[in-house]
Amino acid sequence: MAINFQAALGVHESALKIRAQRAEVLADNLANADTPNYKARDLDFKSMLQQQDQAQNRGLEMQTSSAGHRDGGATLFSSDQLLYRTPQAPSADGNTVEGHVEHAKYMENALAFQSSFTLLNGKFKGLMTAIRGE
Amino acid sequence: MSLSNIFNISGSGMNAQTVRLNTTASNLANAQSAASSADQVYRGRHAVFAAVQQDAMNIDFDTLDDGVNQSSGVQVLGIVESDAPLQPRYEPQHPLADDKGYVYYPNVNVVEEMSNMISASRSFQVNVEVMNSAKQMVQRVLTIGQ
Repeated sequence: MAINFQAALGVHESALKIRAQRAEVLADNLANADTPNYKARDLDFKSMLQQQDQAQNRGLEMQTSSAGHRDGGATLFSSDQLLYRTPQAPSADGNTVEGHVEHAKYMENALAFQSSFTLLNGKFKGLMTAIRGE
Repeated sequence: MSLSNIFNISGSGMNAQTVRLNTTASNLANAQSAASSADQVYRGRHAVFAAVQQDAMNIDFDTLDDGVNQSSGVQVLGIVESDAPLQPRYEPQHPLADDKGYVYYPNVNVVEEMSNMISASRSFQVNVEVMNSAKQMVQRVLTIGQ
């Protein structure tokens, strides 16, 4: 019986990837906290995870009519999945970054990243035990 | 890997805040630098920030990211001189006074500069924290399977 990594690792691999992407977006918001007219952005974790899950199962459906065409299978992370945050108190310079909100989200995301990582690591440890047969 | 991109983003943020802190230091240091004419006097300087937009031509095929709307860090577009009114003061004893007895002082508002300084140092701190936790995340990923 072959070990299927995709089945063994489950959702945690995609979750970790999306957490890393979200960390990047939130870090960008915090870096631009003083930039006039900058609009804070964020990802919707739930919808992205669903999309990644589906994309992993079937790949991206792309029609190929020549041997040289790419067959898809890429994970989709396009800029239209980046949403704009609605600010609680908009500032006069058009910037919608609120330091405390972004900071809280960033920390929350870092903790979620850690828990995703711990779960993924547990899966790997389980596989190692199965391979060693100890 | 997108985690390593955070170092660039936070680094650009720290860089921008350093430039801002530099202009604030320069403004405060020169707040009382008098001159004998309006042309020679020091004027308050302020850094202009702008988000760095990813190159629209640089499409990442692995993620199909067109990258048009996602920014990646902050840049300092330039440093502009304030056009707030200067402060001419009547000080005939001043060695730099002009023939009417006026000395020109810079248009630096010390209170404004102090709040600018606090804001810049706080923003710098936030970027440091972001970079630190990104570092922890990367270090954690390196221990996977151990």
